[in-house]
Amino acid sequence: MATKVTMEALSPTMEEGRLVKWTKNEGDPVAAGDVLAEVETDKAVMELVARGDGVLRKRLANEGDSSPVGTLLAVIGTADENIDSIVGGAGASAPAAAQTGQAAQAAGGARATGPANQTVADTKEAAGQSAVPASPAQSQGEASTPPQQKAGGTGASPPAPRSAPPPPPRRPAAPPPQQQKGNGAHPTAQSAGGRQRTSPLARRLASEKGIQLGAIQGSGPGGRIVKRDIENARAAATTGMARSGAAERLAAEGDFKDVPLTQIRKTIARRLAESNGPVPTFFLTAEFDVSRAAEMRTQLAEMGDQYKASFNDIVIKAVALALAEHPEVNAHWLNDKIRQFNRIHVAMAVAVEDGLITPVLFDADRLSLWEISAKARDLAKRARDRKLMPEEYTGSTFSVSNLGMFGIDQFTAIINPPEAGILAIGGVEEKPVVIDGQLEIRQRMRVTMSCDHRVIDGATGAKFLQTLKGFVENPLSLVI
Amino acid sequence: MASYDVIFIGGGPAGYVGAIRCAQLGMSVAVVERDGLGGTCVLWGCIPAKALLEAASIATKVSKSADFGVTVGEVKLDYGVAMKRSRAVSNQNSKGVEFLFKKHKITWIKGTAKLAGKNAVTVKADGKEEKHEAKKAVVISTGSRVKGLPQIGLELNKTTVLSSDEVLVLEKAPKTMAVIGAGAVGCEFADVFSSFGTQVTLIEALPVILPLEDADCSNELTKSFKKRKIEVLAGAKISDVKVGKNSVTMSVEVGGKKQSLEVEKVLVAAGRAPVVEDIGLKEAGIQLTDRGFIKINERMETSAKGIYAIGDVAGPPMLAHKGSREGVVFAEYLAGQKEVHGVNYGNIPNATYCHPEVASIGMTEAQVKEKKIEYKVGRFNFSANGRARTSGETEGFVKIIRDAKYGEILGAHIIGAHATELIHELAVARENEFTVEEVDLAIHAHPTLSEAVAEAALDSLGKMLHA
Repeated sequence: MATKVTMEALSPTMEEGRLVKWTKNEGDPVAAGDVLAEVETDKAVMELVARGDGVLRKRLANEGDSSPVGTLLAVIGTADENIDSIVGGAGASAPAAAQTGQAAQAAGGARATGPANQTVADTKEAAGQSAVPASPAQSQGEASTPPQQKAGGTGASPPAPRSAPPPPPRRPAAPPPQQQKGNGAHPTAQSAGGRQRTSPLARRLASEKGIQLGAIQGSGPGGRIVKRDIENARAAATTGMARSGAAERLAAEGDFKDVPLTQIRKTIARRLAESNGPVPTFFLTAEFDVSRAAEMRTQLAEMGDQYKASFNDIVIKAVALALAEHPEVNAHWLNDKIRQFNRIHVAMAVAVEDGLITPVLFDADRLSLWEISAKARDLAKRARDRKLMPEEYTGSTFSVSNLGMFGIDQFTAIINPPEAGILAIGGVEEKPVVIDGQLEIRQRMRVTMSCDHRVIDGATGAKFLQTLKGFVENPLSLVI
Repeated sequence: MASYDVIFIGGGPAGYVGAIRCAQLGMSVAVVERDGLGGTCVLWGCIPAKALLEAASIATKVSKSADFGVTVGEVKLDYGVAMKRSRAVSNQNSKGVEFLFKKHKITWIKGTAKLAGKNAVTVKADGKEEKHEAKKAVVISTGSRVKGLPQIGLELNKTTVLSSDEVLVLEKAPKTMAVIGAGAVGCEFADVFSSFGTQVTLIEALPVILPLEDADCSNELTKSFKKRKIEVLAGAKISDVKVGKNSVTMSVEVGGKKQSLEVEKVLVAAGRAPVVEDIGLKEAGIQLTDRGFIKINERMETSAKGIYAIGDVAGPPMLAHKGSREGVVFAEYLAGQKEVHGVNYGNIPNATYCHPEVASIGMTEAQVKEKKIEYKVGRFNFSANGRARTSGETEGFVKIIRDAKYGEILGAHIIGAHATELIHELAVARENEFTVEEVDLAIHAHPTLSEAVAEAALDSLGKMLHA
């Protein structure tokens, strides 16, 4: 008698877990109590142990996959036991999106690449089964099963997922789940067998729209995902795409690193967004000594107009260098992952007649202070003249906003999503400060960073500001 | 001056249920009620009417009992006896609410209440006036009252022009009766009196009876009523009303044809009016809607801080179960509960207990069409249902309207025996966003009327089994 290995609730609050690592391979003998895998819960990495003896016949989840509690992860059985019906059972859980011609083709394809003695009739039969959606898991299972067992396996597969109401021209927007390995997708979030917290209607809407249920926070009773959550997610996805489109165009392959969300990161994101609107923001304020920067400005100005730099330029250059050291701050929140950029594109808020616009200094870390100065002046002027091209004000990875020239000594700026932070720069003021026990008049400037807590934790932001402070207070580092 | 956390003004299904929920959540509660506990529902509405409808149903069944091999001797119909039984049932239910109050330590303050500032009410009883403090909330749950149709000359007079309040305590069934208004109340009393031998004329201004229900149900009920010799005049205009001492005459115009009608009694069943007078709403700064109901938000708050309203007085639909749920939701918000499942006004079942019964939830086919939603209809007639045949109640059908693409149950309409019980399967399905497929997947016992629900779900998918 085969034993199902399912995602277990390893902590009282656990709703899903990420399979970190399999510790047994298919074919390994296992005894009850053996550790099969490591699973990351919302709190810690825990061990998933076998609940029965036998051989680990089939692993159904990949390392890195997140699955809701109750999802079938593997099957333990005797070496020669037919486990097709169990494995197929996982298949029945395939989302409705899999009930498409595409899935049927996948099934057909799997058979076509099967053992050579497979008959053409078999293949035809498979193709003809489009009404009985062969799920990914099922088709994989069959491909590795000797043909003589296949008929039985197919017959024993559970009642075909009830065919959806007249399959309209389905738009398989999302590739079948199994193709999304490793990016935190939830291949079985829509499992019909597991304990699920999604209404059937929401599940159907999500699969139709290619929305990953794992990324959605439910608003129904007990956090159940209901229709309105899918509708809200669709609205959010539409606006999110419009914003991040430019960034993705500008950041070519290899210019960024996608960081899959760990369970703790997901929990942090969910809890904070609940508490503090869609972008859970916190603020870090620091005061920088800019006396040396002021001196440097004077000296540069004396060298000639082409070397002139404003405090703003100095801060932008310093921000760019600091971002290079802190890629975790140079990031976008993309709902199902955090994208850390290798290139640094700093936007600066420019006040225009009826609002503001944020032209971007692309690759700001590679520009010299004078290049930043010249570009910033040009962008600001053309912004005010409304001559900017769209690609000049989209695609930033971080932003700065400066109200110092208006006599503001400190303020907070609003994050421009999906960016994770923005730095608000106040004016430079002479202030009495104690240095080595002596009272001195120094030039000081206050900056406040708004941080999206889903991406940047307090300490991360603080370390970034520390680095930034180092650059600003030692401005020679910016010109060498 | 006694002090409570919450004081409800009115002990009907909204107020008394809200009071119980508040008490369960640890609050001290008082309910001001001048009549019996349970309000219109228990004393002058749902409960006594259903008791009379049961009497009507027995009368109808007895008339057919010979077909079942049960021959009954002389059958005598006595409305007075049925009426007295219905009063006994009402009183029993009202006593039941009293018992619940004692159990939950809820104080019943007998008298008539008026708002007295933000946190207090004064209660008048037997010429004395006493002030009571409500530290957390005052809840207006005064309900609604019957109303006449003075604009066409049908002022209620307690002798010939009656409301449901009076017909509930008639000593005998009149020979002839005109029922004005064919909503739930009108259809139910048409059924009751027709069963007790009254020649009933049911008159409705809108083009169909039960105008809020799906047109298919309205038509089916019209057919059934006509078979039972209830005259149904829909799309009718009443004029020339003359109220005499022992009868009322009027002209009724339908489709350009005028006919005159003389009846012993008229029952005006054309809606109810919210009870908003003499509570001190204006002084408290409480706003009303255009239609005269108290304006509330999703937490049942009125425009005056600390004062809430629930039930009929807070707006349609004027249904006991809607008021009760508002009472529960109010209590849970007031107690600061985190996850309050708000009142889902789009998923309140309607139930009319005439024979055949009519029940529905969600949108009618006409509403779905108007919203331009692509839909499919599934329908199963009780004439093809085994259980319905065994009891000889083969009238009616189950109709389910589903979204064409996702299978969402947009509306469900049942007419037939026990329709008001059957509808709840679909209410649960809708509340939990089950589609027609989940309804079918749940195995339905055989033989039951509920199988018709599953078959209608299947039919909407084009897969009906017993077709």
